[in-house]
Amino acid sequence: MYAFDYNHPKTTAEAEAAFKAGDDASFIAGGQTLIPTLKQRLRQPSHVIDLSGIADLKGITVANSMVTIGAGTCHADVAASADVRKAIPALAHLAAHIGDPQVRNRGTLGGSIANNDPAADYPAALVGLGATVHTSSRQITAEDFFTGMFETALNPGELVVRVAFPVPKRAAYQKFPNPASRYAVVGVMVAETAQGIRVAVTGAGPSVFRVPAMEAALAQNFSASAISGVQIPADDLNSDLHATSEYRAHLVGVIAQRVVASIA
Amino acid sequence: MVEITVTVNGAPQKAGVEPRTLLVEFLREQLRLTGTHVGCDTSQCGACTVHINGRSVKACTTLAVQADGQNVTTIEGVAAKDGTLHPMQAAFKEYHGLQCGFCTPGMVMSALALVERNRAATLTEDVIRAELEGNLCRCTGYQGIVRSVAAGAKAMGATVGKVE
Repeated sequence: MYAFDYNHPKTTAEAEAAFKAGDDASFIAGGQTLIPTLKQRLRQPSHVIDLSGIADLKGITVANSMVTIGAGTCHADVAASADVRKAIPALAHLAAHIGDPQVRNRGTLGGSIANNDPAADYPAALVGLGATVHTSSRQITAEDFFTGMFETALNPGELVVRVAFPVPKRAAYQKFPNPASRYAVVGVMVAETAQGIRVAVTGAGPSVFRVPAMEAALAQNFSASAISGVQIPADDLNSDLHATSEYRAHLVGVIAQRVVASIA
Repeated sequence: MVEITVTVNGAPQKAGVEPRTLLVEFLREQLRLTGTHVGCDTSQCGACTVHINGRSVKACTTLAVQADGQNVTTIEGVAAKDGTLHPMQAAFKEYHGLQCGFCTPGMVMSALALVERNRAATLTEDVIRAELEGNLCRCTGYQGIVRSVAAGAKAMGATVGKVE
């Protein structure tokens, strides 16, 4: 790891000021991606700004059919929250299957989405449930937030403060996990929301995406058989040592059908 | 250098660390608490598992500065002061929960955390196996470890299901 200066602000305003003061600063939330990246010397920030001391970033509230989760809330707290389990069980289930218990005790919602790893679970929840990201300066819809592989709409120094998830009529998430890392080779969230059916896929492409053909078919007939014929083009999907793009394309259909069957 | 104060196994430890110092480096190299092991150094094997405020974390993927002001428990803080093994440690000994022993400190720390996390429910074999996801053992094939955790949990007063 290269050397860096360390800041431990108590408010988002202090964190933003510290970011501006550094030549090439980086925020750290749970650090479950950043620390391994630093250890491999893939990044060399001048300053690391620790967000864990900012009370405003923590906590879960459920009100008016909306589950609002602070960016600094760790996956284990989302998974264990009785409120989340009651309002959106699919979201608690998703959080309960990220990485392993030790990772879930450190890793945070805000850190996960700001990193936008193509195989991360949370992007499927945000896009699938039609969530809104509240940052230190504005609100961004989930679909506008995730812009590409490890890319988001966040400006330099802009912080994710919380995410608001509308409570769906029904929703479920399943993934085909990498057997070693538990990252999603393919993960699918299907939700029936006030705005209609949403199908969001993570792990398969460079960034989370929706499948309009499945959404249209499910709107007509909410059953696994309704989407069994939907073909997912493999052209733009990820291909690596774990799975080819063709395999991932096939998995999207299989997992989506399983998800629908679980809540049909 | 940053000045930090970390309560380690009940005793406040004041020290100067470089911000890039990992918690596991601080524990092993500065405090000489070498019970916490470094296996993979890539957040996978869990040999470095310690508790921060009672929750299991990988000390190789935590900065020492992130533990400032927190309560850290390592494997050295688990047994009684007179050396009497904790029931979970005793169970690992009794049920052959180890062969080479390298992963054992992390296994015991994860086991203690999983018992506390699941106090409200019956601890089944499936739950034990799933909750040990973040700890790798290359010797035992896990059978003895799962039996040890079940026995240790029982000795800690948890409700434990049938374990083969």
